[in-house]
Amino acid sequence: MSVLDRLAPELITGAPLLVMQGIAKRYGPVVALEDVAATVWPGEVLGIVGESGSGKSTLLRMMNLEDTPDTGTYTLALPEVAGNLFDLDRFARRQLCARRIGIVYQNPHQGLLMGHSSSGNVAERLLVAGERRFATLRARAREALDVSEFPLNRMDDPPRLLSGGMQQRVQLAKAIALEPALLLLDEPTTGLDVSVQALVLDTLKRLQRDRAITMVIVSHDLGVIRTMADRVMVMRRGRVVEEGLVDQVFQDPQHPYTQELVHAKL
Amino acid sequence: MPNSERGAMVPGAVVLQVEGLAKSFQMHHLGQNLHAFDHVSFTLRAGEFLLLKGPNGVGKSTLLRTIYRSYLPQAGHVWFSHGAGRTDLAHAADVDIALLRRREIGFVTQFLIARPRVAAEDIVAEPLRKAGVAAEDALEQARHWLATFGVKRDLWRAYPTSFSGGEQQKVNLARALILPPRLLLLDEPTASLDVGARAALVARLADLKAAGVAMIGVFHHPGDVAALVDRDLMLMAKEVDDVAV
Repeated sequence: MSVLDRLAPELITGAPLLVMQGIAKRYGPVVALEDVAATVWPGEVLGIVGESGSGKSTLLRMMNLEDTPDTGTYTLALPEVAGNLFDLDRFARRQLCARRIGIVYQNPHQGLLMGHSSSGNVAERLLVAGERRFATLRARAREALDVSEFPLNRMDDPPRLLSGGMQQRVQLAKAIALEPALLLLDEPTTGLDVSVQALVLDTLKRLQRDRAITMVIVSHDLGVIRTMADRVMVMRRGRVVEEGLVDQVFQDPQHPYTQELVHAKL
Repeated sequence: MPNSERGAMVPGAVVLQVEGLAKSFQMHHLGQNLHAFDHVSFTLRAGEFLLLKGPNGVGKSTLLRTIYRSYLPQAGHVWFSHGAGRTDLAHAADVDIALLRRREIGFVTQFLIARPRVAAEDIVAEPLRKAGVAAEDALEQARHWLATFGVKRDLWRAYPTSFSGGEQQKVNLARALILPPRLLLLDEPTASLDVGARAALVARLADLKAAGVAMIGVFHHPGDVAALVDRDLMLMAKEVDDVAV
């Protein structure tokens, strides 16, 4: 047995939260994803690294049910859903995402209405999930913003008047307002100043520690993955070339591409 | 303080059985295979302290990291007996390794990974918090160990990112040793420590040893821990034999 063959989990109890298998997607002649599999266990943080065009963001969008592969299955261990989530219709997908999956995009324009108030942006998520009482909406939006370490004296300002770091906190508040089972982060700190990046990562880390939220974080920045993730998948040209514990993949990379990536960073 | 829920650490019980362990590094850009060690075999029991010896660069730290699975071995087995059975660390699933690291296997290096905006006492208390200890209780224990390792009281609420190397190392040790694991790997933990902190560390290791923690260590100045060492393992340039003292 080669040592690179790792055994199936034996000690960890319970089922994985997320399982994706055999994911493939082509855009015309371009292979976006080829035979990708991913497993995420409750409470863990999975990192996905790779260069632009590696397919990592496409994969994350599929986890958020925004995109459907040509082949492959996706299951979440949640009581209200069963079977392949890609078979759900648009309405069921929207409900599932609103209630159970939070996402923070690199570009806040993708996740927020830039002209509406920040608290309104967060409350919208609660409205989609069926909450109608104004006082409850406002109180819960306020709480989510507070947990995301957003300055509450600015909660009625629209995101377009906020700094990049604060916009990401509004996205985060919106993503966690309903205590999602799965939090997806797509380059959440790319484009922020280094000091602001550290603060946003610290907020995420704190959330992870206090609430044990299961997260998948996509980044081309190895430092972000090293800080946040327990395990990491390395993607290149639509395929997973290596997978392992973060310290192992970064200290003892096996695949030539991962070695290049790690050495380029150091 | 052995944790009953993790199963008692019975003195003399086998904790680690390493068989034919080999490690080399395939450097693709050089087209080279860098040999580290092979044929490493030894047995470690609860409460035993094994000292790794050998010249610089012979692979002592590499062996520790291979046992911890920061490095993937090429061959061999690392059988670890723990509260829930026996696991081959050389082949176990990543999630199982992560689980064992949280509960059963500790690793102390000379480097602290400080995080921005996290106070020294919170960094130290974190392993207890993750193990389910109440916040106040965990903080109280954290402060006790910070004091024991000689970190001044007015630094406890400060962020270690701004500390000197020696002060960071004290925080690192307090964190690493606050929750006794079943197996403790020590990679030059006395480097950059002052005399007082070194004495506190040796005292803490003696307590852990008495409580049944199995330890493997690399020390630049082995004299620091001479009283604790039960056996040593000499790593030679090519092959290794288990040398009982």
